[in-house]
Amino acid sequence: MLEFRDKTTTKALIKEIRKISPQNNIKVMHVCGTHEMTIARWGLRELLPKNIELISGPGCPVCVTSASEIDFAIKLAREKDVILTTFGDMLSVPGTDSSLSEAKSQGADARIVYGIDEATKIAAETERQVVHFSVGFETTAPSIASEILESKMLKNFSIICSHRLIPPAMDYLLSSEDIEIDGFICPGHVSTIIGYEPYGVLAEKFAKPMVVGGFEPNDILLSILMILKQIKAESPRAQNEYTRAAKKEGNVLAKKMMNDVFEICDKGWRGIGIIPNSGLRLKDEFTEHDGEKKFKVEIGKSRDLRPGCKCGEIMKGKAIPQDCPYFRKACTPENPIGACIVSSEGPCYIAYSYS
Amino acid sequence: MCLAIPAEVKKIKGEYALVDFGGLKRDVKIVLTPEVKVGDYVLVHAGFSIQEMDIEEAKESLELWEQILSAT
Amino acid sequence: MMEVGIPRRTKKELRRKGSQRIPKTIQLSQGAGGSMMEALIEKLIAKRLDIKSSFIGSGIDKLEDAGIIDLGDVKLAFTTDGCTVDPMFYPGGSLGSLSVGATINDLAVMGAKPIAISFGLILEEGLPLYILEKTLDRMSGVCKESGVPIITGDTKVMEKGKIDKLVINTAGIGIIQGDIISDYGARPGDKILVSGTMGDHGMSLVALRFGFETNLQSDEAPLWHMMEQLLNIGGITSAKDATRGGFSPNINELARKSNVCFYVYEDKIPIKPEAKRLGEVLGIDPLSTACEGKIIMTVEPDKAGEILETMRHHKYGKEAAIIGGVRRNPKGQVVLETEVGGKKVLRTPVGELHPRIC
Repeated sequence: MLEFRDKTTTKALIKEIRKISPQNNIKVMHVCGTHEMTIARWGLRELLPKNIELISGPGCPVCVTSASEIDFAIKLAREKDVILTTFGDMLSVPGTDSSLSEAKSQGADARIVYGIDEATKIAAETERQVVHFSVGFETTAPSIASEILESKMLKNFSIICSHRLIPPAMDYLLSSEDIEIDGFICPGHVSTIIGYEPYGVLAEKFAKPMVVGGFEPNDILLSILMILKQIKAESPRAQNEYTRAAKKEGNVLAKKMMNDVFEICDKGWRGIGIIPNSGLRLKDEFTEHDGEKKFKVEIGKSRDLRPGCKCGEIMKGKAIPQDCPYFRKACTPENPIGACIVSSEGPCYIAYSYS
Repeated sequence: MCLAIPAEVKKIKGEYALVDFGGLKRDVKIVLTPEVKVGDYVLVHAGFSIQEMDIEEAKESLELWEQILSAT
Repeated sequence: MMEVGIPRRTKKELRRKGSQRIPKTIQLSQGAGGSMMEALIEKLIAKRLDIKSSFIGSGIDKLEDAGIIDLGDVKLAFTTDGCTVDPMFYPGGSLGSLSVGATINDLAVMGAKPIAISFGLILEEGLPLYILEKTLDRMSGVCKESGVPIITGDTKVMEKGKIDKLVINTAGIGIIQGDIISDYGARPGDKILVSGTMGDHGMSLVALRFGFETNLQSDEAPLWHMMEQLLNIGGITSAKDATRGGFSPNINELARKSNVCFYVYEDKIPIKPEAKRLGEVLGIDPLSTACEGKIIMTVEPDKAGEILETMRHHKYGKEAAIIGGVRRNPKGQVVLETEVGGKKVLRTPVGELHPRIC
């Protein structure tokens, strides 16, 4: 993939972007934590002309997980003798007033796994209940679905289903009157699963360019160039820059497994609100693997945002971390007020680490 | 939400395959991409291979870049 | 999601800088070498234990790799390390060799020749004897290599379950040869050097933990003999061994203490390709994971070339590199110029690093 990082190509792409860029301000949004990492890591915002704004949308699944889901996981880990597994980032995200890592320091058995098959392996080797706090977008959901399908015999394995879907979130943002977006860099790996037809629907509905982008710096720049070309030609549509990995139909088998195991539901996105048809829940036939139904745990009133916290506005692309009064002062990765500064792909964390 | 990395399939072991990330090897579950063969490239996310990567396509997309860059 | 007015108590609490607040129970991240650990040490531990005396050349408030005892015609460096690692034996190293090596290196980077080491062993009841024997052999091996005797020690046994297998504390004394090399000494114009690849130790343990087959090994190494050669050349203005959190927190500490800007070129920082790859796969930065046999230093510009060549001729410095230079501004920051020409501030990571999914 070296060509996709090649400095000469970068320079050429920037030159073309400057040539074709219109005079007015252009806002390009992406909805992928790893895209934000690429942009920050390689300092891409500095290289672009000033009128092109690259906005980070709600592409951080850890950041948009509801406080109530986190509170449930924390209480479950504290009160019941379960082994709670999760992917790394979730450990330090604050719920309403605590975090899984704090619960862990007080004796809860919370463990990090790299893949869900580690969690099912643990379940197969113990009598204790194993609950996987399952967070992620469409890139992750199929692996969870396949593991659920294979785990019919595992009576002690369940998940807290915290999966969300990207195209409904994009639709919600594009429909919002107070959010301006001129084009989307669509998430590269979500697209390897869902394909890019869903973006074609959005491009038509809202007449905005949609380009599926890869993860090297030159991928992002080429995606921006393709968006600008669509704007200039006034022909908004779905295009694929990430041809080496994303296919039009995506991964058909993965989509089927998702449909077999999950059904779509309305879902709250932390800091944003309820987005219709944007979440997944387990179908009735998999109820025995539904941790929220299996365990009776009472949580108090949950609160997604502490007063004054701008995570919501930042997730919607209406504010940047620097707009938040607590950013770098009272809110730091060590002592987070919101979720965006904790997750390593959260916009506030990235701004804090890389500005 | 997409931390996924390409890797080359080295050995098929039932539901798993030994893949090589360029010196780094690990067993990953291939149930989402059951058609992969030794020598194929796959994208790996959270311990699962989620999509085959098309190296020919990668080469073609570089040509696409050339076209896009020159056709302004 | 209604935002209400901010209650007064919360306002006051929130006005205090976030990084000053220390959690009420000790968290794992406070031992990981990042900013959470720094806060615990600086704001609590050092403050509570700060006792002055006429012999102290450099005390706990300075938070250097070793304290300095000034006896007039002789200056001694005095340091201690607690070591606990799981697994106890891993590719390239072991708990035993790590513990002694860490103390030797803390003295070496102050410009002190290590002359004696002490140890404290806390053993868990039930620990197999052969593990203790192997550990002691490893400790002895490193001491012999460096020519430093262990002259005193202590052993305790705790009930099964009250401690995890084995914890080793080592302390060491060294004699300063010439000038003290302090964390506070970097000056604009100095070159920034590292003695080799960054993140080997941390990434090799991460690979083990998450089931990756790799050639990565710990880079554990006692560095006194190499450092001795460099001290004979002179010109080193500041130095730290890049342990615990690795490159990022340690270079930040140097920049902060010397109150200068460390301007670094990302593509010049040596990292093993496998470590880089693993970092990309798991979303962990090799620049934020531990090294156990590497030094970050600043060197006067006219001596930098000779220092570099000398390190490269030594077995523990083969991949040494000049990675940037010290500038006046922005003060206290580490600025990284990326491979494609962008710039960013490299901040100290928070604490434990976890693999990302996104």
